[in-house]
Parts: sequence; C-alpha cells; structure tokens
Amino acid sequence: MSAHARPAAFPTNWTSRIAWIGLALYAVYATSILELTFARFVTGLDNGGKFLARMFPPNMQADKLELITSGIMESLQIAVLATFFGILLSLPLGLMAARNLSPGWLAWSSRGLIAVLRSFHPVIVSILFVKAVGFGALAGILALIVSTMGFVSKLFAEVVEEMNPKQVEAVRATGANFWNVLAMAVFPQVMARFIGLSVYQFDSNIRNSTMVGIVGGGGIGAPLFTAYQRFDYDVVLTILIIIIAIIMVAELVSGRIRRVFQ
Amino acid sequence: MNAAAREWTRFTPGERIARAMLYIVTAIAVVWSIRTIDIIPEFLYDAPEQTADLFRRMWPFDWAFYPKAVHSALIETFHIATLGTILAIVLALPLSFLAARNFTSNPILNLIAQFIFVSSRSVNSLIWALLFVAIFGPGALSGVLSIAFRSIGFVGKLFGEALEEAQQGPIEALTAAGAPRSMLLVKGYWPQVEPAFWSVALLRWDINIRESAVLGLVGAGGIGVALDAALNNLYWDQVGLILAVIFCVVVVTEIVTSTIRSRII
Repeated sequence: MSAHARPAAFPTNWTSRIAWIGLALYAVYATSILELTFARFVTGLDNGGKFLARMFPPNMQADKLELITSGIMESLQIAVLATFFGILLSLPLGLMAARNLSPGWLAWSSRGLIAVLRSFHPVIVSILFVKAVGFGALAGILALIVSTMGFVSKLFAEVVEEMNPKQVEAVRATGANFWNVLAMAVFPQVMARFIGLSVYQFDSNIRNSTMVGIVGGGGIGAPLFTAYQRFDYDVVLTILIIIIAIIMVAELVSGRIRRVFQ
Repeated sequence: MNAAAREWTRFTPGERIARAMLYIVTAIAVVWSIRTIDIIPEFLYDAPEQTADLFRRMWPFDWAFYPKAVHSALIETFHIATLGTILAIVLALPLSFLAARNFTSNPILNLIAQFIFVSSRSVNSLIWALLFVAIFGPGALSGVLSIAFRSIGFVGKLFGEALEEAQQGPIEALTAAGAPRSMLLVKGYWPQVEPAFWSVALLRWDINIRESAVLGLVGAGGIGVALDAALNNLYWDQVGLILAVIFCVVVVTEIVTSTIRSRII
C-alpha cells in the first residue's frame, strides 16, 4: 500500500444528488416542451419597456378614483364578511374533523368535506357561485367562505388533535357533559391558535377578494380586469399600487395581532 | 408585599385592551360590511334553480373533450407549475442567504432581500400573470414567470427563517478547522436546512399546481385557457369535466407531496 487514500470527510449524499440532477434534466426538458426560448424573452423585454411607459404616470383622475374606491371598499367588505361567516362555520367543522373528539365516521366524512373545499382555487369556486347566485359581491363572499372553511377548519382540527388530553380527562372525570368539556377543557387550549389562524385567513381573504372580480365575483378585480382589457394601463397601475399597499398593511396588522394573541 | 393580596391575572392590562380592541373592531367591520354591501336580492330568488341547472348542464361530462383539448392543457399546467417552482427556488436560494441575519451580517443586504420577498408576496399570482401576459404575450412563458415571481417571496421567506434557526455549533467547528466560507455554506448550513428546504419547495409546488390552474383565465397558459373557453361558450359539460380533472390532479398532488414529505422529514 503506497499512498493512504484519505477517507472523505463527508459521505456523498446520493439521494439528494440524484434529485438535483433529475430536477435539472426536467427543467431543460420542460423548457423545450413549453417552447420557452431566449429570443421570445428578449422580444418580451422590448414589449415590457413599452408597457411600462404606458403605465406611467398612474391615472389619478377623480372619476377613476371614485370607481376604484368603491371597488376597493367592496373588496374589503367581501373579505370581512367571508372571514366572519367562514370562521363561524369552521369552528364546528374543525371540531368535527378532530379525531380525538369526534367518532371515526364523523371525523373522516368531515375531513373529506374539507379536502373538497380546499381543492379548488377561490377564483374557480367563484365561477360556480357567479352562475348560482349571479354577478356581484355575494358570489365572491360565498367563494371565499368556502376557501376560509377549507383552510381554517383543516388547521384547527390539527390544533385540536395536538392539544393536551389531560385537561379533557380531568374535566370529564368531574362528570361534565360534552359541551362542558368543550367550554372548559378544549377552548381554553386552542382558542389562541384559532384566532391566529383566523387573522391569517383574513389576510389571505383580502388578497383573494381583489381577484374574484376577474370572473364576476365583485370587488376591485372587475375594474382592474376591465381597465387591463381596454389597455388603460395607467388605471391598472393605480389599482395595483392601492392593492399592494392594502395587502402590505394587512400583513403588518395581522402579524401584530397574532403576536398579541400568542 | 403581602402574598395573600397578590392578584393573578392571565393577561396584562395592555393585552386585555388589545384583545378588547380586536373584538370591537371586528364587530364594527362586520356590521359596516353587512349594512353597506351591495347585494342584489332578486338574483337570490332563483339561486336554487340556477344551481340545479348548473349541475344538470354539467352532467354528463363531455368526455370527448378530454383528448381534444384538456389533456395537453393539463400537461402544460403541470409543466408551468413545476418549472415555475424550480425557477423560484433558483432565484430565491441566494436571496434567502442574503436575508438570513446569521449568514449575512450586513443589515442593508438583509433589508433588500426582505423587501424583494415582501413585494413578491404582495402581488397575487393572477396579477403577476396579467403583467407578464402584457409583456410576453399569452402563453406558458407568462405562466411560468408569474408562478416563479409569486413563489420567490414564499420560498425565500420560509427558507430564510429556517437558515436563521440553524445551529451555530457545526459552523463554528468548520470555521475552527479553517474551512472557507463557501464550505461553511455547503457543509455547515446546507445539511441542517436541507429537510426544511425540501418541505418548503414541496409545499409551494402543491400550491402552485392549484394556482397554475387559474392562470389561464387571464391568458397565461395551461388548463385555465381551456376552462375560460368552455365558460365563454357556456359549455358547462366541458367546464364540469375540467373541474373534475383539476380535482383529481390536486388530490394526486397532495398524496404525492405528503408521501415525499413523510419520507424526508
């Protein structure tokens, strides 16, 4: 034996190396399938310059601002009402889906319902509600109630399943009935997390309430999409600035509120 | 201080005020919304009929439409979501190292990275799609870019937080052994955060599959284009088929991601 081969300090992690190579190969393959070429990208950049030039300055005429304000107000109302009613409905649904509180058949059927509610994007759900209840804010509210229930009750059920069973046992040992157990052992443990989830969902409802209007669900989405299709890019810019400002404020506020309730 | 007179409270007065404020503000917001929202009651009278009509028109599905237009659009949606996620990861990884305060000690660089994340997350993927369709024209390119730009903030923020939680022990050991900075990254930080990285990437991929299904409504490619066409033609049997297909894809994606997640974490 001449030179001692030094053992590698770190063994090669083949799984992750193969995963990376696979991802890279896939990226090349998918790029060619979708015909994403560099030439197209360059033409696009040229277009992008023109697009930006037409966006500036943002349109601040009084009549446009009035339209935008009413749209924004409607979006906020949609978000508030959808969050409120969605949360009210998620509370029982989440409890029903928690496997440590409800019988097996109920938990599994609630979980199935939650999976169905979660599977569609709010915009797709609002397409169906626009057909069912007509154009306007109600369709948007119903669509966002669906997505609120999907998100909040899924995570709420998980929170309930993770809670400490000892307090439930203690309250049960005193002869308490189911409702007393809920009020005295379950809610005190999970309410803080539930409010946190609700505030988070309010934040995401504000984001989505600006979008449901694209398919007729009310709110700022309709003026935004109309302006976009009429190439009024300066109005589009005004609306985008307002939407982004509202979303940033909502995120800040919801972060603060969640910290208070932790 | 007399121990008997000590009063135990769960919350400080400030916390109690903050909680009361939240409840009051919520009540005011709900009442205001209910009183001022514009709902046309006439539309509601025939809502049950309309709903029944909707399902009657949807069933039976137009199965012949699947090989004609849905299958290729579905594949395109899958590619848009996956490629968008990969692009987002490639763009977000370096940024999240900039955002992690224990790796980059320059507060200005931290702030710049945070700002990019916040602005990426504040714009909905549909809005990104509107912008990219205006720039690059309708098609998959706009879809991939809008998915990627929406995901940068999400992936970057969560991965940056994972980086900040990395333990300093291995990093100090490597530094003491004279490892260069690049090796600190590869052998110090990366092994600690790799599970978090894959779980964030999978979570975002799952979300992106759902989101890429609607991008087509504004022309950014994928199954949404077929959905939009079917909706505009009022071919509800085709709409029903597309919705069923999306549902299946979402369920399969969720099963795949949860399987992979339980393996690697």
